[in-house]
Amino acid sequence: MLTLGAIGFTTPAILAALIALPVLWWLLRAVPPAPVRRRFPGIALLLGLHERDPESQRTPWWLLVLRIGALTALILALAGPVLNPRQSEPGSAPLLIVMDGSWASATDWPRRIERAGQALAEARREGRPAAVALLTGPPVAELPFRGAEYWLERLPALSPQPYAPPPGLPEWVDHLPERVTTLWLSDGLAHEGRAALHAALAARGQITAFEPAGNVIALTAARFEGGTVTLPLRRSTHDPAPASLTLAAIGRDPAGNERELALASASFAAGATDTDAEFALQPELRNRITRFQIVGLRGAGTVSLTDDSLRRRKVALLGVREGTEALALLAPLHYLRQALAPSSDLIESPSIDDLLLAAPDVLVLADMPGLTEAETQALLDWVESGGLLLRFAGPRLAAAGSNEVPEALAGQPRDPLLPINLRAGGRTVGGAMSWGESRRLAPFRDGTPFAGLRLPDDVEIRAQVLAQPGPDLADRSIAELSDGTPLVTRRMMGEGQIVLFHVTANAEWSTLPLSGLFVDMLERLSVSTRGSAPETAELAGTNWQLEARLDGFGQLHPAPDRPALAGEALGAALIGSTPIGPELLPGLYTGSAQRVALNATDSRTRLEPVSWPQGTVVETGLARPEQPLAGLLFALAALAVMADALATLALGGRLVRAAALVAGLALMPVTPANAQEAPPLDPRAIEATEAVVLAFVTTGDARVDEVAQAGLRGLSDALFLRSSVEPGAPMQVDPETDELALFPFLYWPVIETSAIPSAEGYARLNRYLRSGGMILFDTRDAEVARLSGTTPAARRLQAIAAGLDIPPLEPVPSDHVLTRTFYLLADFPGRYANSTVWVEAAPADAQRAEGMPFRNLNDGVTPVVIGGNDWAAAWAVDDSGMPLLPIGRGMTGERQREMSLRFGVNLIMHVLSGNYKSDQVHVPALLERLGQ
Amino acid sequence: MPPVTRPAIGLRASAEALTGGLSPLLVAAEHLANSALPGAHGRRRAGAGAEFWQFRPAGASDALTRVDWRRSGRGDEIFVRETEWQAARAVSLWVDQGAAMGYSGARERPAKAERARLLAMALALVLLRGGERVGLAHPDFLPRAGRVQAERLALALSADPGTQEHANPDLIASPPGGHAILFSDFLGNPEPIEAALRLAASRNLRGLLVQVLDPSEEGFPFDGRTRFESMSGHLSFETLRAGDLRSAYQDRLAARKDLLGALARHAGWQFTTLHTDSPAAVGLSWLYHALSTGRRR
Repeated sequence: MLTLGAIGFTTPAILAALIALPVLWWLLRAVPPAPVRRRFPGIALLLGLHERDPESQRTPWWLLVLRIGALTALILALAGPVLNPRQSEPGSAPLLIVMDGSWASATDWPRRIERAGQALAEARREGRPAAVALLTGPPVAELPFRGAEYWLERLPALSPQPYAPPPGLPEWVDHLPERVTTLWLSDGLAHEGRAALHAALAARGQITAFEPAGNVIALTAARFEGGTVTLPLRRSTHDPAPASLTLAAIGRDPAGNERELALASASFAAGATDTDAEFALQPELRNRITRFQIVGLRGAGTVSLTDDSLRRRKVALLGVREGTEALALLAPLHYLRQALAPSSDLIESPSIDDLLLAAPDVLVLADMPGLTEAETQALLDWVESGGLLLRFAGPRLAAAGSNEVPEALAGQPRDPLLPINLRAGGRTVGGAMSWGESRRLAPFRDGTPFAGLRLPDDVEIRAQVLAQPGPDLADRSIAELSDGTPLVTRRMMGEGQIVLFHVTANAEWSTLPLSGLFVDMLERLSVSTRGSAPETAELAGTNWQLEARLDGFGQLHPAPDRPALAGEALGAALIGSTPIGPELLPGLYTGSAQRVALNATDSRTRLEPVSWPQGTVVETGLARPEQPLAGLLFALAALAVMADALATLALGGRLVRAAALVAGLALMPVTPANAQEAPPLDPRAIEATEAVVLAFVTTGDARVDEVAQAGLRGLSDALFLRSSVEPGAPMQVDPETDELALFPFLYWPVIETSAIPSAEGYARLNRYLRSGGMILFDTRDAEVARLSGTTPAARRLQAIAAGLDIPPLEPVPSDHVLTRTFYLLADFPGRYANSTVWVEAAPADAQRAEGMPFRNLNDGVTPVVIGGNDWAAAWAVDDSGMPLLPIGRGMTGERQREMSLRFGVNLIMHVLSGNYKSDQVHVPALLERLGQ
Repeated sequence: MPPVTRPAIGLRASAEALTGGLSPLLVAAEHLANSALPGAHGRRRAGAGAEFWQFRPAGASDALTRVDWRRSGRGDEIFVRETEWQAARAVSLWVDQGAAMGYSGARERPAKAERARLLAMALALVLLRGGERVGLAHPDFLPRAGRVQAERLALALSADPGTQEHANPDLIASPPGGHAILFSDFLGNPEPIEAALRLAASRNLRGLLVQVLDPSEEGFPFDGRTRFESMSGHLSFETLRAGDLRSAYQDRLAARKDLLGALARHAGWQFTTLHTDSPAAVGLSWLYHALSTGRRR
């Protein structure tokens, strides 16, 4: 190799070609550029003219320089130039590269790999065999010494592991050749057993240690204290200067994307090795955090995984549905709130749908039997997918029990939301009216979640609900009274569970909610979390599955194929008595009901710097790498040749044309291969939304549908004539298939054979009702109903309405807003008159406005109006706008038809303008205020 | 008419193409012509014309039909109404149809032929409007007056250029005593021009030599190794340093202009050089004045 300053040439012989450059210079000068062809009419005047010096027109000097430059670059490139050539001392001993490969070396892993690459490149040049040993890698009996190319190819595949090298001397040391030159890529930490390995290698030859400067920083598990999350940081003592770091809390945002949720900074004082980073986080945010990470640093040591100890569970309490305001201390949820509020996030709502939307971890039903079928199903689905349903008994649950046992034999509880079947009535012990004393708790059995909890003396149970005896009762019972009757029963369901406390959640039946045991029991049920890592004793006998493992760089990977880990081993690792290793990877471990994070580093991880023995060469930085320049020069030559081509074109006046051609090719329009087509709009939807469109639900009976259509047509006409509502042609809908949201109002004639909607249909209808739609149910049988009380159509309506989300109803009160939205009405006749019409009941606290004949009912449009007056028949008109069906007799009948139409107009006004008319109550007051 | 020799099949198609090209030329020329006032060529003596000149007592030789009865009715004498003699001039136009005229030195400048045709057509329109007879210096195209002649001229002028480098003017058919206007770049062989002027002098033709040049023919803005080719491709000339030839070329061009000027002067003609980068109206204005000053009394 020829070296000139910082540049060396691998094949200097080619440089001899540079001698040819002057020749080329002369040649290029001699050959003039190609002539420009020009049309010129004045040529006749040119003929016979001569230039003054025909030889002097030559290639322009700059073009000449360009061409010579291109050739020079080419010759230099072929000569193999290298920047910063490494002058290596010739050595013939095999090269051994030892890499610590621990979590601490991940931060600047690429530099280590680069250093190893340099050493291997050197060895390749010198033809020395080489071997690479990763101390954290799988153990090998003998290191294969091979050509450096072999290792160079495998170098990028090496990666650090999230644990420290094992302390023992590797097996391969015994099989090393006699002379070995060692390059030790250290992570800077004094790991156990390092001295022995160093001695063994030093005996065989020179050791060069590569140890990048800088501290090793280790993050330990986060603690939750007093509202803030504290992350302790530790660093090694390589560099005692003050340093400041940024930490990020990473988790999933509500959209499910992983992102930084919060940032905090931590700084080490000069000489200090410990510091804390503090995150002040809202509970919602805190629950989302999956890990903390030092920004800008890589490695398992800079990541701290979080587990359940940091999470606050979301507990949903199903509020009391009736507006009965009982005394606060008697409210079933009071003690639950008290017990859970410090450690969990509480959500309360009387609607199960709302609660489930909040995706709670736990849902508490305190004495709440009689959920609708839809709610039950929703709850079951939620439990199946991992929810914990916690129920408390109470007088109403006790009343809902049954002494029949046929279904219990099949193993299926009557109420699927109860872990066991209950006997009716429950029992009272130790009360004023009963013999015997109140019962105490039996000690918790091993294997139940409550095992190990201390029983306070003052907990006594005065009443409980009793389970139907059954073969699986013993399995499902997890806490008993001293007489063996179950106090808490549990049934696992899918990924979730249902737990029933056989006493009330308030102090009515027992003193359990008053005791600290109640809180502990809730904690054990994972209803709430205390914010601490599980203790070793608790882990004994459990099995833990590695859910996500942490690699050396601090990335999480799913680990589906790892064998389960015994709780004891995990516990030992958590307290630091077992080192983390290939069998015990750091990551997230999932147990039966809990997740535990095992971090790569903790407060016991050793962070002492290595002290290299005498005679070891220690490199802290990377030497300037050899950089081959041939590629650069080739590129330069190519660029020069391209510039030459352009220049030649320009000299010949053809540049513009060539540029135009290139531009023309570039601008050639490319038709997109698959143009996207907008989905076609449903013409029905367009029709329904162009105007207000009244719609009716098809019954399947052609005559009824026809009358309904004609009736809505008549009503639409009346609205058009009498009000500013100008409806389009009525449409028929099928709740099973059609989009209902397009219609403000549905007329639903119910006949005996009306189809009961499917689950999907119910979902649509409920969504429709909840989002402000109105359905007018018409059983069309007022005449019969008046005589017989109930009719087949009414029964059918009951069946249909069972699945609908219909609020409590009442007969239209005389002050209902329906009586005055457009016309003042007293009754609501259709083809028949005088049947009761039902609407949503007014809230109990509605008060009569002062000086007004009606109550102050301001909110909400009734979602349903139910009656049997066959309004459609009264409204119905034929194509020419004449009444379709006779109503009553003579003028009285016509009057009834008119009233019926007025009811229709009022109804639609109510749908469209809500309680606007009701708000008119305030007009006098407003006017009075304006007047002042 | 040019399409006479064409095959019959192509006749209609080429006529369409011609009329297509006709309108813009005519319009552009009309536009120009409107800016110039056509002069009255009144001869200030009695003769054939439309303008009233005088009443004179009728003589014995006067035909009865010439008696102006309205004037005669006022007295006993019989008068004859005489009009002013308004002899229309015969102007022969010649536009070089050679390939050399198709040259344009830059994209934004019209070809010399285009400019020459435009000027000729505009001049013809002005003259026709003044009642002059205008034709082409071509045996088949005798000078005539009238609007129809304008159409015919436009058709003839938009004919395809020839393949020759330069065409030779042929004034043999121009009416003696009239005017001839020759448009060309006069960069070809000067002999035919000289011959034409000699013939013109012998036939008592006055006229104008209008040299239409592209600015690049004046400035010779070329440099470097260049191979010049004539427009028809017959001639070529290669030079290694075109820039060196600039002054020599310009000298020769000046000599050619001097020669043309001398030729014109000797024949009683006028010579000018118009450039395609100056507005056509300037050229038309010069032509108009040259013609009106050169008018015979």
